[in-house]
Amino acid sequence: MDARTQEFLEEVQAGRQVETGDWMPDEYRKRLIKFIEMHGNSELMGVLPERDWILRAPTLQRKLALTAKIQDEVGHCQLIYRVVEDLGKPRAQCLDDLISGKSKFHNVFHYPTKSWGDVGVIAWLVDAAAIISQKALLKCSYAPYARVMKKVCWEESFHILHGRDTVLAMVTGTPAQFELVQEALDRWWPPLMHFHGNPIPAEEDPMFVWRIKSQANEDARQQFLEGYVPQILELGLTIPDPKLRRGDDGVWEYTEPDWDELMAVVTGHGPASQERLDFRRVSRAEVDWVSKVMLPEAA
Amino acid sequence: MIWEVFRQERKGQPFVHGGSFHAPDKAFADAYAREFYARRQESVALWIVPREEITEIGEFPDEFDLKYRRVDGYSIKARLKEARERAGTAAP
Repeated sequence: MDARTQEFLEEVQAGRQVETGDWMPDEYRKRLIKFIEMHGNSELMGVLPERDWILRAPTLQRKLALTAKIQDEVGHCQLIYRVVEDLGKPRAQCLDDLISGKSKFHNVFHYPTKSWGDVGVIAWLVDAAAIISQKALLKCSYAPYARVMKKVCWEESFHILHGRDTVLAMVTGTPAQFELVQEALDRWWPPLMHFHGNPIPAEEDPMFVWRIKSQANEDARQQFLEGYVPQILELGLTIPDPKLRRGDDGVWEYTEPDWDELMAVVTGHGPASQERLDFRRVSRAEVDWVSKVMLPEAA
Repeated sequence: MIWEVFRQERKGQPFVHGGSFHAPDKAFADAYAREFYARRQESVALWIVPREEITEIGEFPDEFDLKYRRVDGYSIKARLKEARERAGTAAP
């Protein structure tokens, strides 16, 4: 590492916030682009499982709330891709790399949704897991991203409440409705345990070393378990992990997640990966004319 | 074309940079700014500016060390102590 890079690294570790026009090491820029681009991709891919339920939402109010959530997430995608563009990668390139499978999106968006129970569990627990990661990004060493995250986190809190309200409506409904939530929880628990990544120590995680992330993967997972396991159990739901328990030291123990599955899923081998990417390919082709008309400089 | 957004959260507060977006002209920029930054009444006013119209100035060297123009250019502690002692108003 050259002296200038070393100095930069020490500065970000001491809390410096970097702006777009500042000098930065190539490695830092590359890691930022990869990470932020994947976040943008995930916002965009994350609306697809929800989109499937707009027409099937049980009431008009739920339909409107779901549509508003989807609009928020597409809006987050555009904000986040703008941050990537200012780092040097154009939006069109991000969209091309997403559909070609060159770039990744978050594991939870590679799975299908089977019932309205899944929609509630996703909006409540997947968004809860996401907001833990996103709140930690408010302290990201790259300031333009941290600023965007302020708006993202603010809107996510409505999503969690919408999800929790959906789940509460079902667990206080008929036994069949309760069962839909339990089945959805059974399906989503393994991906939720994968969500924050393998428990690599912070000092070995380059994303932490560069202070792009401000917490270790396992810290985020522990925070999720500490916050949400009691909220799940108090509804009478069962978490499908017999080993799950809170140790006397306050640390949650759980069955080791299948990290090979996580790796397979995020590299495009999840149960819904290709179907979702196919859908994105079709939409990209269908709306191509819109960007040609709207953004003549991009054509 | 990229537009920068500055948003005011409450009346009387400063406008703070919020982010940016693509829009082909002013009419679309107006519509997008409303959707992205104010649809939940989280802003009371927005300034939207084409990025190329913004000039950033960021280097402010102080070659002559003109500290006499700032509060950190004055250290009055010792003098004040002496003045109080002379006047007989120093704390015992």
